[in-house]
Amino acid sequence: MRPPAPVQYVAKNMRLDLRIIAEMIPERARVLDIGCGDGTLMAHLVTEKAVDARGMEIDMKEATEAVANGLAVIHGDADTDLAFYPDDAFDYVVLSRTLQAVERPREVLSQMLRIGRHAIVSFPNFGHWEVRLKLLLGGRMPDTETWSRPWYETPNIHPCTILDFVALAEMDGHVIERWLAVDERGLKAPWRRSVRLANMFGQQALFLLRRK
Amino acid sequence: MNQTAPPPPIEHQRTVLRDGLRLDSGQLIRPLHVAWRSYGTLNADRSNAILICHALTGDQYVAERHPSTGKPGWWANLVGPGLPVDTDRFFVICANVLGGCMGSSGPREEMTDADGNGLGRPWGTDFPSITIRDMVRAQKMLVDHLGIDRLLAVIGGSMGGMQVLEWAATFPQSVFAAAPIACATHHSAQNIAFHEVGRAAIQADPDWMGGRYWETGRIPERGLSVARMVAHITYLSEAALTRKFGRELQGGSALTFLEDVFQVQSYLRHQGSTFVRRFDANSYLTITRAMDYFDLATEHGGLAKAFGGTPTRFLVASFSSDWLFPTSESRALVRALNAAAARVSFIEITTDKGHDAFLLDEPDFHRALGGFVAGAARDLGL
Repeated sequence: MRPPAPVQYVAKNMRLDLRIIAEMIPERARVLDIGCGDGTLMAHLVTEKAVDARGMEIDMKEATEAVANGLAVIHGDADTDLAFYPDDAFDYVVLSRTLQAVERPREVLSQMLRIGRHAIVSFPNFGHWEVRLKLLLGGRMPDTETWSRPWYETPNIHPCTILDFVALAEMDGHVIERWLAVDERGLKAPWRRSVRLANMFGQQALFLLRRK
Repeated sequence: MNQTAPPPPIEHQRTVLRDGLRLDSGQLIRPLHVAWRSYGTLNADRSNAILICHALTGDQYVAERHPSTGKPGWWANLVGPGLPVDTDRFFVICANVLGGCMGSSGPREEMTDADGNGLGRPWGTDFPSITIRDMVRAQKMLVDHLGIDRLLAVIGGSMGGMQVLEWAATFPQSVFAAAPIACATHHSAQNIAFHEVGRAAIQADPDWMGGRYWETGRIPERGLSVARMVAHITYLSEAALTRKFGRELQGGSALTFLEDVFQVQSYLRHQGSTFVRRFDANSYLTITRAMDYFDLATEHGGLAKAFGGTPTRFLVASFSSDWLFPTSESRALVRALNAAAARVSFIEITTDKGHDAFLLDEPDFHRALGGFVAGAARDLGL
């Protein structure tokens, strides 16, 4: 079959972490985007890299939008629905800014690396200095640019720091192929060599994992 | 009670397939008649054909005024020029199902012997038991007859959705995109139970005459009407009935303790009485049984086998207040398709309109289906 023609969809103002993720994915890869939203990343990957992109989204409105754009998106929940995919169904499984909001992040990560050869995970870093400082000095749950929702209504039930994530990957035998920290403005942070510094100054973290 | 005469015969456009069709039951129907309608133009390489599969009491008049009821096509809000299933771009086919009563081989048509000779009487209850797969095989013969190797899409809701699933499982190479809407991979015990009430009502009507009502020139209208009333309740939701009728009375403002005081009663009776004018009771028995027999997993040795390695892409859609084919069943289908690594989209439309919603104006559903079809056409270079 000939490669799919470009999707009539312009990925304008794509979030920085999505752009970085897109750079990590080779042409014609099989990709599952968990928490794909309206399919911005998928549409970009289909158009630019002829990727076979599938998506999963828990918000029905967004899923409907993606389907209406001709994308293969299912309404589903990462906590329950990844179990139904076969082993090695994908080359890359992407979870962007969603890990902190799932019920069982450890299980979700393991499922990602069962059904995909690689996992790409981005999440907001709870170890950022501003978070630490606000809790230390104010004694209240931190209210920052990244962590802006009050504790009683945040969907982010499992926040973690970059160090926490590295520890979990190690514990479960996932290999970290690449990682980087970025700030909200979209600049790649210059703390490439030190995880500890990145954990202090990085607002967002991004990891490329593979099985051992 | 006034007797309603059988519906007047209408000339339906149909194709006669001389060799006939061998059914799952082993019986042969020869010749096979397939009544069908089409909209739009088939392109030169015959790659823009979309097959629509109709539901239990639907028919081939999907996008035009119905020749007997005068009502608009049952999916006229979805199929037509510039609509989500765009007849300016696609060649849309809809065939009356095998066992139906709008011109395809079925209980109302003339019975034939094994050599295809007419016996001068309708099949009636002697029409063989059929399955959803038999319906699909009949459609496949029509599609082959039209010289179409692969359908761009097969789309249908309810029993139409069952046919879509059967198409994808039985003829995967002939279906590029499949949209099973508001359906399931099998008919549930509850669905079978409701059908049984309908069949029992028909069979309990003395005018049914053991199925030989054509001999009297009458139809079992009371039984068929009750069957429709029961079925119609299953197509709606409690919320929709409350919204439409509540406990509103007809005429007066106070309970009179007479019969037929509530509006919902007259609504249901109306549904029943209009139905008997257009539908054949023996057809109803035949088709409801075919739905009851439907179990894709059993037929194909498991859903994994039914869909394993499928080249077809799917759009599964369900409606939140549909309790006849609830979302949980669509989700089970999606999981089976995921397990087969199929390319699948799935959405649940939030609505209080129940199972009927698939026929009604649901903008999100229409947008999603339109996007799915357009995406499939785009990927085929159409």
